[in-house]
Formats: sequence, C-alpha cells, structure tokens
Amino acid sequence: MNNSLLVVVLASGIAYGTPLLYAALGELLAERSGVLNLGVEGMMLVGAVMGFWAVQRIHAATTLALLGAIGVAALAGALMALIHAFLVVTLRANQIVSGLALTIFAGVAGLSSYLGNDLNLARAPARHQFQEIFPKSFQNWPVVGPILFGQSALVYASWGCVVLVALYLTRTRMGLNVRAVGESPAAADAMCVNVTRYRYAHTLVGGGFAGVGGATFSLSITPQWIAGLTQGAGWIAIALVIFAFWRPTLCLVGAYFFGAFTALPFALQGHGVTVAPELFQSLPYVMTILALVLVSSRAARLRFGAPAALGIPYVREEG
Amino acid sequence: MRVERRLEQPRWLSLAVPLVSIVVAFVFATIVLVATHHPPLHTFRRLFDAAFLSNGALSETVVAATPLAFTGLAAAAAFRMRLFNIGGEGQLYAGAITGATVALLLAGAPSPIVIGAMVIAGAAGGAVLAAIPGILRAFFSTNEIITSLMLNYVVALIIDYLIFDSHSYLRDTKGFQASVFPQGKILPNEASWSSWTIHGLALPLGALLAVLLAVALWGLYAGTRFGFEVKVIGDSARAGRYAGMRTRRKILAVMCLSGAIAGIGGASQDGDFRHQLDPRGLTQANYGYTGIVVAALARYNPFAVVLVAFLLGGLQNAGFTLQGADFPNGLVGVLQGLILFCALGGELFVRYRVRFDRRRTPAPEPVS
Repeated sequence: MNNSLLVVVLASGIAYGTPLLYAALGELLAERSGVLNLGVEGMMLVGAVMGFWAVQRIHAATTLALLGAIGVAALAGALMALIHAFLVVTLRANQIVSGLALTIFAGVAGLSSYLGNDLNLARAPARHQFQEIFPKSFQNWPVVGPILFGQSALVYASWGCVVLVALYLTRTRMGLNVRAVGESPAAADAMCVNVTRYRYAHTLVGGGFAGVGGATFSLSITPQWIAGLTQGAGWIAIALVIFAFWRPTLCLVGAYFFGAFTALPFALQGHGVTVAPELFQSLPYVMTILALVLVSSRAARLRFGAPAALGIPYVREEG
Repeated sequence: MRVERRLEQPRWLSLAVPLVSIVVAFVFATIVLVATHHPPLHTFRRLFDAAFLSNGALSETVVAATPLAFTGLAAAAAFRMRLFNIGGEGQLYAGAITGATVALLLAGAPSPIVIGAMVIAGAAGGAVLAAIPGILRAFFSTNEIITSLMLNYVVALIIDYLIFDSHSYLRDTKGFQASVFPQGKILPNEASWSSWTIHGLALPLGALLAVLLAVALWGLYAGTRFGFEVKVIGDSARAGRYAGMRTRRKILAVMCLSGAIAGIGGASQDGDFRHQLDPRGLTQANYGYTGIVVAALARYNPFAVVLVAFLLGGLQNAGFTLQGADFPNGLVGVLQGLILFCALGGELFVRYRVRFDRRRTPAPEPVS
C-alpha cells in the first residue's frame, strides 16, 4: 500500500516541495513589503554552498552541526539579499535588473561556484545530513507513515514557518505595517511606518529563507555540493508566490503540488509507465501563467492580487 | 545629505557613470580575489589576454558577443517602453527551433534562400513566443515580467523534449554519435551562414546582422512616429492614451519586435556557430539573461548595446577559455554581476543629485 503511486508521489512531493516552500515564503515576505527579488536562484545557491561548507567544517554533534549550517545558510542568503535591498531601496535601482544581476552574480556561473570551487567542496558527501526523525516503525504505517512520518526535520520546521509567517502577516501590528508598506508606502509613511527599514528587513529575511531553501538541497535532498544543484528551483519559487496569490498557507499547498510534478515522472517510471518528464516539469510554469491571468482582472486584483506597490521604489518627495 | 532629482541629465554623466562603474566593479572583484588568495593583477591580466589579445581571441570574442548583441537589442527594444520582456532567453530558443526546422526542410535549396528563410523563421519563432506575454499584457493587463520569465522554462523544456525524449524531426536518430548521446540533426551545408575574415578577425554573418539591427532599431526609435509613440507610452502610458495613441497595439508590436530580434539571435546560433539544434549548449549559456544585463549597462541605447555585448562577450570568452586549470571558477559571473550592481548603483547619480549640507532649513510654518 505504501508503494502505491499516490503515496510515493505525495511523500516525495513533500520532500521536493520543501526547498520551494522555504524560498517562496521568503520571496512572499519581500514582495509583501513591495520588493520584487528575482535573485532567489542565486541566493539559494549561495545558501546551499555555505550551508554545506559549514556542515563540513563544524566539528560538533550532528544536531548542532546541522543547526549551525542552517544558520550559516540563512546568513549567506540574507547577505546576498542585502545587495539587492541596498540597490533597490536605498539607490532606487530597477528591481528586475537588480534581481537578475543578483542571480548572475551569485548563480551557477558566479559566486556559488566560485566558493564551491575555492573551498574545495565538490565530490565529498555531506558529513551530516537531515534524516527522517521518526523511527522506522512509524514510517511503516499505511499511507500516513511515509507521507507524514517519513520526512526530515526541515519539512516539519517549514510547517512551523508557514504558520508563523501567516500569523505574523495577519495577526500582528508589524504584519499589518508590512502589508501597508507593500500596498501604499506613502500612506504607511504618513502613519510613521519606516518604509525603508521595513523593506530592508523583509528583503533580508526573504534572503535568509532562500538560503535555507538552498541548504535543503545540499544537506537533505542531494545531499552534497554540485554546482547549480537547485536547477531552477528559485524561479519556480517566484512562480509559486504568484500561484499562491501571496498567501503563506497557499504556498504550502502549491509547493507540494509543484513538488509532486517533479516526483511524478520518476514514480511513474517505477510503475513501468514512461512519460516525457518535460510534460510534468513544464506544468508549474504553465499553471502559474494561467493563475496570473486569472488574477489580472481589476476585481480579482483587488481581492487576491499582488501588493499594489510591488516593484516600485518609494521616494518620499515623489510618493 | 540630501538626494534630489535632477531636472536635466547632463550628457557626460551617462558616459562617465558606466565607465566609473566598471572600474569600481574591478575594485570589488580585487577584494574578492585577495580575500580568497588569488593574485588579482595576474588574474585580470590573464582574463584580458584571453579575451582580446592572444591569438584568435578577438574572433572568439565576436562569437561570444553575437548572441549577446541580439538579446541585448531585444531587451533594449522592449525596456525602452518600460515593457519588461525578460523572455529573451526563451525567444532565442524558439528562434533556434524554427530556424533549424526551416534549414532542414529546405535542404538542397540555394544557400542564400535557405539563410534568408532561417532569418525569417527565427524572427517569426521569437515573435510568436513573445506575442503570448504581449497579448496577455495588452488585453488582460497581466504582468509581462513573470509570464515571459515562465515561458523561458517552458521553451527550454520543449527543446529538451525535442532532442532528448522524443523522436522528433529535429533529432538525429541515425548518426554514430547520436547512438552515444542524443543530439540534433546536423544542418545541411547550405544552411551555414557565411563569414568574412579581415586581418585574421573572423566576422560571422550574425554579428553583421546584429550591427545592422542596431542601426535599424536606432533609426526606428529616433526617427519615426512609431519610435516617438513608444517613448511617450514608456514615459507615461496615460499621456499616450489621452493623445490617442493605440497603447495595446503598441505593446503587442514592441513585444513581437523584441521577440523577433531575440529569435534571429537563435537562428544565428544554428546557422553561424552550432549547425544543429543544441539544447545543452543553448540552455546553459544564459544568453537571454545576460542580454538584459547588456541592455541595462548600455542604458538601452542600441549602439552601446553592441559595444557592451562585445566587452561582456570578451569576458565570457575568457572565462570559457581559462576554464579549469588554476583559474578561479565562476569569476566571470561574479565580475558581470559586480559590473551590473555598480552600474545600477551609479544610475542614481545620473538621475539624482546628491547634496551635502549640514544646515537644515527649517520647514516653513503651515499657513492655516
């Protein structure tokens, strides 16, 4: 029963969806504050390489080493996001070009590979990696075993993050302020909300989440360092934020949905059905376009749409 | 310190800022190199040699620069109207697919006809793909940034499918090499684009085409009503509409123009350099994204695009030549990113004036 197609696809869909979920939550926070960051792929890769480096260098018990590695990955991602934040918030640069520049700077042909090469990280397995935390007997339970109990700590932590981000955005004063900054920075400014500080903070936290998402690859899914190991997950994460209409809980559903598409061709192959994997891999992109068209009408935009000030620099005198 | 918008942008600044940003970028790169124990001067020297000075380097640089010039022009054409087509990557693939298909279909026809047909097919392929985000933007006001970005991945997967996971018309299923690793059919000789050698510098047809397109684009934007309307709509879509300009049509036209230019770049990849549909080579090169960098550095000026494409092409060529050995991997991307960061940051000084004054003039009392 646990080998049935649905269970296998759901279980591995959750595993593959987790890095997407982390990165998308981060991007969601940045976009809710009005900053579009197309550098997710780059930040994920730098997070992946630095997290992997940390786990190889920290000589401590597995739990401590992994915790340290996640911290380092988040810090590295946030540092990358700092470049973007400085350029687009302080220097009012074009957010699209700056985000793409960040991906080129940090991505496959850039800093992440430079660091991976320089720190000599390739061709070695991770000294510690995230493993299933529940005992085997739990995992053998029908259906829920592999899906709910066969996952690593990163998966359970991501559920916590979804709840936290959702509560933060809808139930706290700061969350209200963030949404105000993203919708109408001039109005937020008039209410004494520091627009610059909010945008910086959320872009940086967003980068941290992306870094953790990258480390999910190098410490759990792959688990080693290969240049460009995220293989475009950062772009899917950006798509996911739109697909989820900028809502954290929908991000979770969407991430597993998209993760399942990655897992489906492999699972089908296991059942002797050969389908071109490209068909499923392209579905997240096509569905994002459709979702975007759906929310483009005026009425839907007011109800579900993107933060109104997304991508627009805020200058007090010109606001 | 205060930052205020300039009323006029002095001309010399728009030239000085990119130059200074390149210098600053190299300073940052030096810091990165020193921090990781690489000798900076020696590394830059090797980079420069491999890009421009050593034997045959210049020709290779032109090869690397040609696709960047196409995608750069494509991005510049759209960004001028604040239409953020970041689908140059996918539009280039689309042009490569249609270009290669036409070349295979027309095998045996006279060479100029095949080449001409490839250019047209490439342009059409790119334009059709770009029309999708164009139509969505014009009629459903869907954000073109994300839709064009998503289509890049869709087309990349289509190319993969055509060569790796199907027995399509474009895939070589007979050759010896094809039995080892899937690859595209080799295009017929008639589909090889001509190239000219001047003093040892090989100039492929694609490179000349890119320069011609730059001139044409400049003429279109600087000297025609179409170009004027594009600029007005770019500055203020509302003003354009009030003046009776057809914004929707213009969005669609500019999107297709941008896609067509990128598509010709794809056909040039088939005809000039690769002589087959080469999925790995095309999708790993990131021509489309780098093209946006080129356009941004050139401040969307077509002539500057050609120049910047040549410089960045040199950098890429050097990175490719020096790959492996003891040359720091990934340095080229780091340098490109840094140059762009600095140019973006420098843009502030073109648009704004930074004033340092200690004394704050007290705000006048509001009159009640």
